[in-house]
Parts: sequence; structure tokens; C-alpha cells
Amino acid sequence: MFDFFKRKKYPEFWENHIEKLKNIKYSNFESIRFVVLDTETTGFSYEGDRMLCIGAVAIKNNKILVSDSFEVYIKQEVFNKDTVKIHGIRKNGNEIKVSEEEALRQFIDYLDDAVIVAHHTVFDITMINVALKRMNLGSIKSKQLDTNYIHKKIATQDKSKKIFSLDELCDIYNVKKHDRHTALGDALITAYIFLKLTIKYQKNNTLNLHDLIKTNYYLNK
Amino acid sequence: MKNTISERIYDFLKDYPPFNLISKSKLLDIAAKVEIVYFEKDVIIFNQDEAPQEHFYIIYEGAVRLYRFIDDQKYNLDICDEGDIFGLRPLIINEDYTMGAATNEETILYGIPVSIFLEIVDEYPKVSQYLIANFATNTREPFSDKHKGRLFANVSSVQKVENSFAETQSAQYSKNPITCTVDTTIKEASIIMTEKVINSIIIAEDNRPLGIITDKDIRTKIGTGLVSVDKKVTAIMSSPVISFPEKFTVAEAQIAMLKNKLSHICITKDGTDKSELVGILTNQDLNFVQANNPVFLIRDVKHAKDIETLKYIRIKASELTKGYLEQEIPIYFITKVISEINTAITKRIVRLSIKELEEDPPVAYTWLAMGSQGRKEQLLITDQDNALVFENVPESEYASVKAYFLKLSTKVTEKLHIVGFEYCPANIMASNPKWCQSLNEWQTQFKEWIDNPTSDKILLSIIFFDFDYVAGDVELYNQMSDSVFKNVADKQFFLGFLSKSTLLNPAPLGFFKQFLVEQDGENKDQFDIKSRAIRPLVDAARIFSLHHNLKINNTIARFERLMELDPQHRDLFESCAIAFKILLQFRTSQGLANNDTGRFVDINALSKSDRLKLKSCFKPLSNIQEILKIRFNVALLP
Repeated sequence: MFDFFKRKKYPEFWENHIEKLKNIKYSNFESIRFVVLDTETTGFSYEGDRMLCIGAVAIKNNKILVSDSFEVYIKQEVFNKDTVKIHGIRKNGNEIKVSEEEALRQFIDYLDDAVIVAHHTVFDITMINVALKRMNLGSIKSKQLDTNYIHKKIATQDKSKKIFSLDELCDIYNVKKHDRHTALGDALITAYIFLKLTIKYQKNNTLNLHDLIKTNYYLNK
Repeated sequence: MKNTISERIYDFLKDYPPFNLISKSKLLDIAAKVEIVYFEKDVIIFNQDEAPQEHFYIIYEGAVRLYRFIDDQKYNLDICDEGDIFGLRPLIINEDYTMGAATNEETILYGIPVSIFLEIVDEYPKVSQYLIANFATNTREPFSDKHKGRLFANVSSVQKVENSFAETQSAQYSKNPITCTVDTTIKEASIIMTEKVINSIIIAEDNRPLGIITDKDIRTKIGTGLVSVDKKVTAIMSSPVISFPEKFTVAEAQIAMLKNKLSHICITKDGTDKSELVGILTNQDLNFVQANNPVFLIRDVKHAKDIETLKYIRIKASELTKGYLEQEIPIYFITKVISEINTAITKRIVRLSIKELEEDPPVAYTWLAMGSQGRKEQLLITDQDNALVFENVPESEYASVKAYFLKLSTKVTEKLHIVGFEYCPANIMASNPKWCQSLNEWQTQFKEWIDNPTSDKILLSIIFFDFDYVAGDVELYNQMSDSVFKNVADKQFFLGFLSKSTLLNPAPLGFFKQFLVEQDGENKDQFDIKSRAIRPLVDAARIFSLHHNLKINNTIARFERLMELDPQHRDLFESCAIAFKILLQFRTSQGLANNDTGRFVDINALSKSDRLKLKSCFKPLSNIQEILKIRFNVALLP
């Protein structure tokens, strides 16, 4: 007999994720753990393309914690040779690769109760969510921030401009473009930008997460 | 696990001391535990008297100033830039921060947990040595006994391993050696050897060496009657010969000679006796390279009959300098050798010039070297600074005597110029009537300089008080220097003026962040190492020497003597001597590399280790300038 009311049993990592984020209360800004992430993908189609790599590094109390960083390469089902020249990840490269499911499990474990930061967060999170869906799991529950929107919020000029690329922000905030187009390299660059943005933001306001989240018109609805 | 960020951090750290001393795997461990912190301009990183944090910092981007409050007065102690570490000492010895740190511009720091670093310090003695040196230069009292002799450990940690000069130098051998054929008789061969004044002859066929006969063979086999002189050379030759390719080191050749109990080695195209003969190396050639090179040069100077030979010897001496520097022979030794050669050349030129005049000097005279040549610190060919003093003569003879010495001096300076010593642009040369004077005139002049130290006279004092005897009468030289010391002893305030003048060039402490490079002209963006670093040390040594009546001209020797005379500041003088050696070596290598005087340094082109090397020299300079200020009451001078 089917019990429709019995909650479906999820894998342990997903159960943990839901549990952790259920009643999360964020205290002062300094004690919040942010995870700055970037993904490399075979292309820009949410359905047709796949993630190749997830890179992430944590920030806490205005510090980038290299010891708290994450990098995983994913075995590929879909292969798009056109984007190889951008991210440099070949179908059978030297990196140790894991299955998509294993990569997500590792990532969600690593993510813990952190607030996600990315550049054009919608893209990375959607890629992750679509992958989670393939595992019959729901969308990621974490709060999300986007360096693009934080920048737009505090930028005094170019209010009309909708989208700033990571390269543009690097130029504006004087961040060296090392290791562009590796997931962890871009994550680190994004982390630098996030640090610089929040310090600027902090100048005129007592910084709290609520303000930051308000910069995300399209996320966290 | 592969991690792009920690690899990137490793790439950064590995270029900077002390991290360059740590193995790759260990350093990757450290890199993986780094915290990256960003600060805007003028933000405090830590405060003086605060409890230490868990991390110390290396600057990845930007600059940080270290400062200290003493009696509510803020003193900036140092400005650190890319690759500098700070904030480590309190963590290791577990005390509060003795100074504050704030960003001087937008800055990104790598914070390194002290816990993992402590393990490294235990494991790598070189790292702890480096740190001791680093601490020593970052404290207010860098010359405490604890750090004695360690101050420059950071320099040795960035220098390559020392090699013995002789062992790695490539050996010089005689090219196109004399040969004979197998059909030559011993008598014929002996005649050739006698005619050509050689002590060996090679028996060759198609220019391939078959065997060799040396003086020893003729002595032991012919002289004793064992073999007849009419026999063919093959009867007594040593065969096969030991052969070497064209490029080899002295050490290799020495070993081969010892092993085979030989005095001669054939040099062939491919190093076997089956290929074409190109030269012969004798054990005398080796001895020449090893110990006697400068000695030989000086001997050659003494026998030189013309100016071209002297010029050639001076070029050889430059090559010698280069070789010595590459081999990291102590700078004191190099300056000694080169000065000896320069002095010998000048002496010889004076002799040759007198000969040319066909008239002996009418009275006693002394040829004096001034400035760096007088201090025996000349490594590269620089300007000539010289002067002449002659015995006091009755007024009636004065004009003719002076005319003779001016004529002589003109000849000498011309010849020096040909040899490679440029004319002095300020015309401080014995050919200038002002600097070719009688003993009386000199003594009056020195007294006048000391009594009325205006700025132009101070400048002259600085140049002339480093005079040294080169040729002529020693007694005149002694009388001249005695009068200087006597006058200075009477007028201590003169040393105050000298101090004041050298303090116009303060130690370039915030070297890489403050704008200290030359602002315009040909040498824009260049650091003037001579006037900003070397000369102030030379000045300080001179002032203290005058103060202590030291008849020593050489800066290193001055500091070393001062260490004995003034034990209270022993460590300071020692560090100054070391700094001076480093700077002189630095300037000389720069000069040899760029084929100039080495005076201007392009700081952007410096490697980090060279920057650190330079930086470590500025602290002793700044400290000795402080002492000058106090000791000679500079503040009280008009």
C-alpha cells in the first residue's frame, strides 16, 4: 500500500542540507560563512549542457580561507569541443573525475550552512539545481548573493547597465586576472571582488546580510 | 588534492625568503592553509601592544607601514612591500606586538598560521637563521649581542653556494704547441726546445699527438747516458699522451696530473689523442691560474715598457675582478688586489713619465691618490683623483720646481687616461696647479678648510682627506697626514660639519615605496647607489677615523679598527663594514654587467633577493647616522 503522506526518503547529504537550512538564523556578518563558487560547464544550455567542474572557496570575517576551499572535476556525458578552449578541461584529461552525483554530494556537504556568493549566480545555481533534479532532488536551499548585483547597488555610475562581466569587475576593483576560466580560479577572483565590495559597502552602513540579500532582485524571492 | 588556489599561492611564496628555503611539498602544505585578507588604504592590521594574532603576514600586493609610538610620538619604522613578511616575531616569542601595522595603500595579505610555521622553523635551520636576521633588522636595537653576526644571514640565504675560485675557473693553456715528427732525433728535438725556450715538445703525426718529451726525460734518460742523443725521439717519449678537450676546469686538470704523475697535458679537439692537437697545458699554467694571477700582473706592470702594456694589464685586471666576483671571493680581498694593481700601474706611469721628461725631479715629491683610489676601494675603472706634493723650496726656485711637477703631472694624467682612468670632471688632478703644491701650501690649505668649513671646502675635505701614498717620498706623505690630524684634533666642531654634510643624504629606508629614485635627467627612475648608500657609509667611516686619529683610508679597515676602539658600538661598526662590502660588491657586479660605473641601479629590474640585500644595508647606515648626529652635536650647528 502506498503511503502518499510519508515523506520521500532522500540521500543523507540532502537530508542534512534541508535540515541545516530549515531554521537557519544568521547572526552578525563577521561570523557568517560565505562560499564563493564558480562552475565550468560544457555550454550555456541548462538542459543540454553539463558541469565540468565546481570550484569554491570560503570567506569568513573578511578573510578568504584557502584551507576551506573546494574543487571537483566531473565525468562527462555531454562533451562540447567548442568550450574546451575556454576552460581547458578535455574529455579525458588528467584531473581525477567523479560522477555528477558524487560531485554534488561532496559539494553540498562542503557547502554546509554557508551563504552562496557567485558572479551571475543564477547561471551556476541553475546548473546545480538542474543536476540535482536529475537526482530527483529539489533546488538548493542556501541564501545566494551575486557580485554583479552588489556592485550595481553600490556603483555610483552606470546604473543603467544591467550586467557587468567578471572581467569588467576585475578592472573596476583592480583584481588580477589569474587562472581565469578555471572554476576555483574564477571563484577566487569572485571572492576578491566580494571582499572589496563588502568593505566598500561597510563604509557607509553597518553591514548585515539582509542588506546584501536585498541587492539580489532576482534571487532569494 | 589538487587545488588551483594553493598552487597559485605556492607559486608566489616560493620566490620569497624564507619560503624559498622550504621543500615544495612542505610549502604546498603551508599554501593550503593560508588566509587571504584584503585591506583598503590606511587601515590598521594590528595595533602596538595588542595580543598577537594567530597568523603572520606576507604582502601579496600593496604596502604596509610598521610604526611605533614612543612617548605619544609616532615613528614610522619601515615600509614593507610585496614579498615582505611582518608580524611574526611576537607570535614566535609570544609577546604583544611591539609595533603597529597599517596599510600604506590597498593591500592583499596572505596570513600564515604560526602553528604550522613553528614546525618549519624547527625543521629548517636556515629558516630560523633567516628569521633571526629579519627580527634583528626590525627591532629598535638591532645590534644586541643576541643577533651578533647574524644580521646578514638573510643575505647569505639568498646567495648561491660558495665555490672556490680556482677550482671552477676554466684553465688557460698555450695554443699551437711546438711539435716534431717521429723521425726527429733527440738532439734535433732538444735544439728546437732550446731555441723556442720550451720545456716540452709533442711528437705528432697528422697533427695528432703521439707522445711527449719533457725536460725531465732529457735529464733522466739522456743526461744519465741511458739513451743516445742520436736516437729518434720515440725512444724516450711518453706515449700515449693524456689529453683533454678544449673546455675543462682547473680542478679537472689538476686531478688528471696528480693521478698520472704528469706535468703536461695535451689539449685536443675532442679530448682524445686521436683528434687534432690544439694546445698544451703545463703544471706551471695551473699554478699561474691558482695563486699567482694578480702577482703576475703586478710583476708585469713593473716590467712594462710602454703604456699599451699597462692598458692591457688593466683590462686583464678587470677580467680578474669579474672572475673573482662570479666566484664570490671576499670583496675585501678583491679590492686589495685591484688596488695593488692600480697602484702599481700608477707608480709605473710616474716612472715612465720621468724617463720621458729626461730630467729627474728637482726635489722630493709624493704622488697621492684621492677618493676611492686613495681608499683602495676602486674595483671598476672610474675617474682619476690625484694630487702631488713637493718639498718646500726657496721662493726663488718655486716657479721652476712647480713647472717641472706640473709638466710631470700632465704626462702622468695623460697616461692614466690612456690606460683607462677617465679624467676627473672636477679637475681634481695633479696636473691642475691648485692640486700640485708644496708641503707648506698643502698644510695651510688643510688648516683653512678645517677652520672655515663652508660647504665647498667640506666637499674638498671629503675628497682630499682620503689621500694615500702612491709614489715618491713617504716622509712628505706622513707630514701631510700628520698636519690634518693635528688640525682636526684642535677643531672638533669640524667633524660636526662633516657629519651634517653627510646627513644630507639620509639612509633610504622606505626604499621601494618612497620616491627615492632620481627625478630627472638621463638616470630617471634609477637609484643612485653611490651617493645614497655607499658614500654615506664612507663618510661616516672617515669622520669616526678622523675623530680617533686613525691613519687608515680603507672604509672596511676603518670600520674594523673602530670596532676595537669603540666597543660600545662594536656591532654597529661591524654591520656597517658588512653593509659596505655588500654594497661595493653589488655596485661592482652591476657595473660589470652593464659596462658602466655601476652607480645607478634600476630598481625595477632588481630581483627580490637583490632588493632584500640592498635593504639590509640601509639599516646599519641609518643607525650610524643617528650616532653621528648625537656624537658630533649636529643639531647645534648653524
